[in-house]
Amino acid sequence: MKKLLLSLGLSTCLGTAALAAGGGGAHLEDYSFSFEGPFGSYDKMQLQRGLQVYTEICASCHGLQYVPLRALEDLGYTDAQVRAYIADVGIFVPDDGLEAQPGDERLAIPSDKFPVNDGAGAPDLSLMAKARAGFHGPMGTGINQFLKGMGGPEYIANLLGHGYIDPPECAADADMDGQYNLYFTAGGIPDSCKDEDGHSTIEGSWIAMGQPLYGDDVEYADGSSTELEEVSKDVAAFLMWTAEPHMDSRKQSGLLSVLFLGLLTVLLYLTNKKIWARVKGKKPE
Amino acid sequence: MGGIPHDSYEPKSNAEKWVESRLPILGLLHSTLTIPTPKNLNWMWIWGIVLTFCLALQIITGIVLVMHYTPDTSMAFASIEHIMRDVNGGHILRYVHMNGASLFFVAVYAHIFRGLYYGSYKAPREITWIIGMLIYLLMMATAFMGYVLPWGQMSFWGATVITGLFGAVPGIGESLQTWLLGGPAVGNYTLTRFFSLHYLLPFVIAGLVIVHIWAFHTTGNNNPTGVEVRRTSKKEAEADTLPFWPYFVIKDLFALVLILVIFAAIVGFMPNYLGHPDNYIEANPLATPAHIVPEWYFLPFYAILRAFTADVWIVQFASFITGGIIDAKFFGVLAMFGSIAVMALTPWLDTSNVRSGRFRPQFKWWFALLVVDFFVLMWCGAMPAEEPFATISLIASAYWFGYFLIILPILGVMEKPLPQPATIEEDFNAHYPPKDDGGASGAMEPAE
Repeated sequence: MKKLLLSLGLSTCLGTAALAAGGGGAHLEDYSFSFEGPFGSYDKMQLQRGLQVYTEICASCHGLQYVPLRALEDLGYTDAQVRAYIADVGIFVPDDGLEAQPGDERLAIPSDKFPVNDGAGAPDLSLMAKARAGFHGPMGTGINQFLKGMGGPEYIANLLGHGYIDPPECAADADMDGQYNLYFTAGGIPDSCKDEDGHSTIEGSWIAMGQPLYGDDVEYADGSSTELEEVSKDVAAFLMWTAEPHMDSRKQSGLLSVLFLGLLTVLLYLTNKKIWARVKGKKPE
Repeated sequence: MGGIPHDSYEPKSNAEKWVESRLPILGLLHSTLTIPTPKNLNWMWIWGIVLTFCLALQIITGIVLVMHYTPDTSMAFASIEHIMRDVNGGHILRYVHMNGASLFFVAVYAHIFRGLYYGSYKAPREITWIIGMLIYLLMMATAFMGYVLPWGQMSFWGATVITGLFGAVPGIGESLQTWLLGGPAVGNYTLTRFFSLHYLLPFVIAGLVIVHIWAFHTTGNNNPTGVEVRRTSKKEAEADTLPFWPYFVIKDLFALVLILVIFAAIVGFMPNYLGHPDNYIEANPLATPAHIVPEWYFLPFYAILRAFTADVWIVQFASFITGGIIDAKFFGVLAMFGSIAVMALTPWLDTSNVRSGRFRPQFKWWFALLVVDFFVLMWCGAMPAEEPFATISLIASAYWFGYFLIILPILGVMEKPLPQPATIEEDFNAHYPPKDDGGASGAMEPAE
């Protein structure tokens, strides 16, 4: 039995291919979000605040093309409130009605999805929190992801919250597009910041997105803090929800399954012991 | 079905007689359930049930997923999100299917290594072993094609890299690759054929599983001592065995459910832990991910594939004597498939006439090193192809081949095995003295 558990454990640990990216991003601050761990669940108030940040700031460039508007009811809104939100924000979708001409638009209804928004070349945010891993290693073992989670929301919160800093000295004379970000790893790096093998000597890279949040960007109805870090965490939590809207119910099902299967394990253990007692006799002391 | 002497099925009621005389299915069921099974099987003999369960689980969840999935490059990714968001229970169904593949491979590796340690591949079980290896190959093909279906970045680029391996075959490589892909590069035609085959192959596997079970029901199970069940009389056979039902059914179910507790925890609490974040980005032929890595269960063989680079002397030697036909890329491909082929050939590479590793004092250590080697290769496969991982991969790959091609043949001749128990009954009674002579001594260690 020990072997069995060990082999399971080892293969899951080693299994996760943690990817040490070329230059790599800086070490992320591990926030404790309410939805972490087996018992964690979304903080609806935080999701509502995150939606506000998304609506007022992110949505100008980014879309949420896989998220249906009706899903906002999961955040604690009523159907009427969702419809009011659509009207207030003015969410329009392509009209595919019988009379419609190409290019016509109509006001969205709750069963529509958030519109695609790729005009500025900005990636869709629906799955962003699952498409990035914040934690890696150590040494490709995946132990950090096992302990802290994949780190997608942490990556977003860190990138927005304190990723935009002055570029490192090696880039003083470089002419780069965009801004330097400590946690963004997929962007360009000036040659002056690479060693002779072409490897980056700095953490992070240049990002096309200009710094979107500075703190006090929004005004929360519930009076929560609008400091940069808090707002970044709110929008990161919201994007975790857009990526994994059924996380809460999944964890509940998981917990229920673990409990019931655990009970069944005990019953089968006892049954097995009893059945085998006939043939095994008594174990010598 | 031949095999170990045991009572055959006698229909009792008229209904049973009616059915049995027309279709002997009750007899088949009876003989499957009551098959005499060595009474000393340890906990490493539970993986067969786990694997059967996995196959059923994957087929059932897969069939439902197909009802909601669209195999078209413009819609595949969105249809997965449709399953994840709109289909009732779809997110759980998909996570079970995704992680079910991982459970399947955990179980198959445990099952294979159990066979390697206890000599389950040796005569008369070679056919069981070979069919098992075929099942394993088909599992890999199925899992690989299944991973392409969500049409994420890793799906696309994994498919590009793996089908590219076939392009390394000299002469026919390019045509072979085009034939596999259905076109010049990974595209819609690739997705649709992978979808078709991903649905087909599990049923081929199911057929082979039946043959696999049929084969070992004829030879009988191997067991931790490697000593065969006595077949001279029914009485002796009964002293060595117990019927499959209820003894092993309940034991296996207990182990299965315990494993499912862990599985449910992974699906419920960390379903993406074994996956790759890049697969939540829709496939983009114009953007190559920084590191293309396969799923964890392919990593050991991926490491072997990458280990043989052009600067390794054996690669240069092979290239020299074949006049350049076998280049580094093709050598890597040969090594990868060869690493599985040598496993399949184990029955003829192992020269020892002792079946179980329990009675082979030196073999034990070499085998332990092979298990470590497997995990080292898995780890190297996940790391970038640079030093020191390149050297470690090479050494670990060399050991993999060395174990099967050099150590197993030589060890069988050199090694002096330990004395084996005469019968399974003797071994079992040494651990669990029969009730009537109470606490008789003789048991050195508890059974595993």
